[in-house]
Amino acid sequence: MKYAYYPGCSLESTAKEFGESTTLVAEALGIELVDIPDWNCCGATSGHALDHKLSIALPARSLGIAESMGLDVVAPCAACYNRLKSAEIAMKSDEVLQSEINADLAKPYEGKITVKSALEVFTTPEVLEKVKQNVRYPLQGLKPACYYGCLLLRPPKVVGFDDPEQPSRLDEAMRLVGAEPVEWYFKNECCGASLGISKSAITVKLTGDIISNAKKHGANCIVTVCPLCMTNLEMRQAAAGKQRGEDLTIPVFYFTELLGLAMEVPGIRKLFASHLVDVNPALDAIDSAQPAKI
Amino acid sequence: MRIGVFVCWCGSNIAKTVDVEKVVEAAKKMPGVVYATDYKYMCSEPGQNMIQEAIREHKLDRIVVASCSPRLHEPTFQRCVEAAGLNPYMVEMANIREQCSWVHERTPEATQHAIDLVRMAVAKVAKNEPLTRSRLDITRKALVIGGGVAGIQAALDIADAGYPVVLVERTPSIGGHMAQYDKTFPTLDCAACILTPKMVDCASHPLIEIWSYSEVEEVKGFVGNFEVTVRRRAKSVDESKCTGCGLCLEKCPVKGIPSEFDEGTGTRRAIYRPFPQAVPNKPVIDREHCRYFQTGKCGVCQKICPVGAIDYEQQDQIVTEKFGAIVVATGFDVWRDERAMAQFGYGKYPDVISSLQFERLMNASGPTDGKIVRPSDGRTPRSIAFISCVGSRDEEHGYPYCSKVCCMYNAKQALLAKDKLHDVQTYVFYMDIRANGKGYEEFVRRTIEEYGANYIRGRVSRVYPDGDQLVVKAADTLLGRPIEVRVDLVVLATAMKPQSDAKELARKLGISTDQYDWFSEAHPKLRPVEVLTDGIYLAGACQYPKDIPDTVAQASGAASKVIGLFSKEAILSEATTAYVNEDTCVGCGLCAEVCPFGAVDLVEVVDREKSTRDKQVMKTVARVNEGVCKGCGTCAAACRSGSARLRGFDTKQILAEIDALADVLSTRK
Repeated sequence: MKYAYYPGCSLESTAKEFGESTTLVAEALGIELVDIPDWNCCGATSGHALDHKLSIALPARSLGIAESMGLDVVAPCAACYNRLKSAEIAMKSDEVLQSEINADLAKPYEGKITVKSALEVFTTPEVLEKVKQNVRYPLQGLKPACYYGCLLLRPPKVVGFDDPEQPSRLDEAMRLVGAEPVEWYFKNECCGASLGISKSAITVKLTGDIISNAKKHGANCIVTVCPLCMTNLEMRQAAAGKQRGEDLTIPVFYFTELLGLAMEVPGIRKLFASHLVDVNPALDAIDSAQPAKI
Repeated sequence: MRIGVFVCWCGSNIAKTVDVEKVVEAAKKMPGVVYATDYKYMCSEPGQNMIQEAIREHKLDRIVVASCSPRLHEPTFQRCVEAAGLNPYMVEMANIREQCSWVHERTPEATQHAIDLVRMAVAKVAKNEPLTRSRLDITRKALVIGGGVAGIQAALDIADAGYPVVLVERTPSIGGHMAQYDKTFPTLDCAACILTPKMVDCASHPLIEIWSYSEVEEVKGFVGNFEVTVRRRAKSVDESKCTGCGLCLEKCPVKGIPSEFDEGTGTRRAIYRPFPQAVPNKPVIDREHCRYFQTGKCGVCQKICPVGAIDYEQQDQIVTEKFGAIVVATGFDVWRDERAMAQFGYGKYPDVISSLQFERLMNASGPTDGKIVRPSDGRTPRSIAFISCVGSRDEEHGYPYCSKVCCMYNAKQALLAKDKLHDVQTYVFYMDIRANGKGYEEFVRRTIEEYGANYIRGRVSRVYPDGDQLVVKAADTLLGRPIEVRVDLVVLATAMKPQSDAKELARKLGISTDQYDWFSEAHPKLRPVEVLTDGIYLAGACQYPKDIPDTVAQASGAASKVIGLFSKEAILSEATTAYVNEDTCVGCGLCAEVCPFGAVDLVEVVDREKSTRDKQVMKTVARVNEGVCKGCGTCAAACRSGSARLRGFDTKQILAEIDALADVLSTRK
């Protein structure tokens, strides 16, 4: 299995642990990820808010390069995935737009390859079977609230590889590696996204709602698939807790970190050091649930 | 040959663009034309008199009227010339309005175009031959498919006019959706009080036969002469013996089957009648759930029945009967796509229910005897949220159309809930309030002002449980902010959708459906109860979402069309039908395949009486059923040997038109 890999800006900076855990887990599962040479910004937020054509052209450039490699693209970041997938659908469904944009590209994108999210690639039946065979440290005792965020599965006509309102693929993957995902109701609520920068009070309110609902339903950690969700969920815990008068401290993981943890992929545990919220309570919960070694 | 040409001004419709006098002058020089004139309104009485006088005075034997589309006035001018002694098919129309003046500016070319159209019509009419319409007998008996309020009304109206009716209903009882409702907007009459008398009238009417638990299998024939096959499913209860005492209903050991009539809010047994006021008021055995049919053991109902009416050996009966007209009144279904309603948790959270389920909870003959309680814990709700447009006006999840009645039943349910539970708080989430009917707007205002319903303008994004309540997350677009409301019960106004097998029935009937599978009317404004197939009429919500008043009005409309048809002595068939020259036909069957009306059959005929081997030689040929043929000409166009022909549009006539045009075009180059 071989994919063109689109890390995007977050996975090389604020969400380095998402990027590294993705490549480490992929390697352990025999999935080859080849970096798209000279990839560029996906255009998230500012690009598509201001100029529709630019919002297609920016991802189309990276897709054109990937097409020349003859490989489907994996984009782990939910925003990158959403932008790249939107561009793919727009280019495939509008021949005029396709030829206009391709005229400006050194490597045209003709819709021969497709874009997938990391969750999509890691939760196909074949890959899950492989994960299952490689679980060495079942995550018993871990009760994750699986958090899909707002962008990964919406709009369903563009992305939608899972049910947009009652998604389940992340829950299934977590169950497979021994964790016990909790039933909760904010799986795809908005975390406030980039309003964390301009109107942080809204983000504090929204992340507070999400974490509170997760904890109320017995979660001892949150699993996410998006760098921006991670940032908001980690950074706003203290403020949200204070605002609501609740203890909202909770470890947050990328799902790839937990897959790697269960498979004991070398190098995974050291990524936890860069988390803003201490993950040890979650790891302790797993350890204390492991069968005693004689 | 003496052709007359009559050019119409159509007021200014034609005359302001086309120089009609020039058209008349040009027409006078066309071959065969002995008379040409113009008039302001050719279709008016003086205009028609003018044509009739000219026929007499100039001994005209063929007429061309240059005016509007033949779809509008061909029958008018056919009647006009017929009254003057000509065969009605000796008229041709040149459409110089829709196909000329309406689409052109006033230029010499526009006038030239009109002249060309007249020239073609003149060339064609020269080749026209008199045609005769044949008389078809009428079977004066109507079939009504669907026993809801539409079917009931249509059946009663037709029967009251003195014609026999068979009312076919798929479920064990007539009554349809209306029988499920509690009260009806905007007058709050009890649905049962106004419907059940009509149901009983149907049952007791000497001219109405109710075939319940039955479905239409096949429809053949044509207007006045349909031959319909109906499967009358085995009820396993001998209706002639059953007294409807209901003893079997109490003793049947198979309980807990979700009741279709109660929308799953209540249960029924394997032998059941849908509701106590059912018509016919006799039970049926649901063989899929019956212990006797599944395991061969039980027979409790048979033992208990005091009159020996239980008959396990009963078979489905296939009945074929002749009908002169068919009223389609198959109604609608309710949108139940749980996956597409996942954001509201329908199907997942027990206290999120559909409006029809809420209707059953409010209904005195429903599973809770009319007490409004939460399905989860039987508690009386202190707050209820009604969510509009669930699956309607929502292309993303459901249908783009408006289901039309939801705004009104939301208001009705909010009002009735408050009426029954005085301290309940009601919220109605809406996009727009569409209350356009007699007394409707006033009714909604009453719900808001007198019954204190909180109307919140905005869409609901999510419903989720919190403790034993439900949180409704929505936008309040008037406040311009997100809101959350905690309630005990959520009621979804789910869309009306076509019956899931509407397409299948349309195929059997040979009628068409729209993109959603609603049945298509013949004309959206002027022929709303007819379909394009003669003798078949629509009533009620099988055509599009409708409320009860509109449904009943349309049902009476459909009935009056049937009565009108039955009051004729005979039907005159259209003369411009297709026919097949059986001598040259090779029986390839292509015409039968392309015919959109199923009017062509392949038949065996004697080719030669005696062959060289002294044997009769047979061959297959196509034959057109003229009663069914609509004269579309598809078969004539498809026929490879030129054997299929269309009367009034024969090859020589069409070619004459083309030649006439080609001749002048070649001189113009």
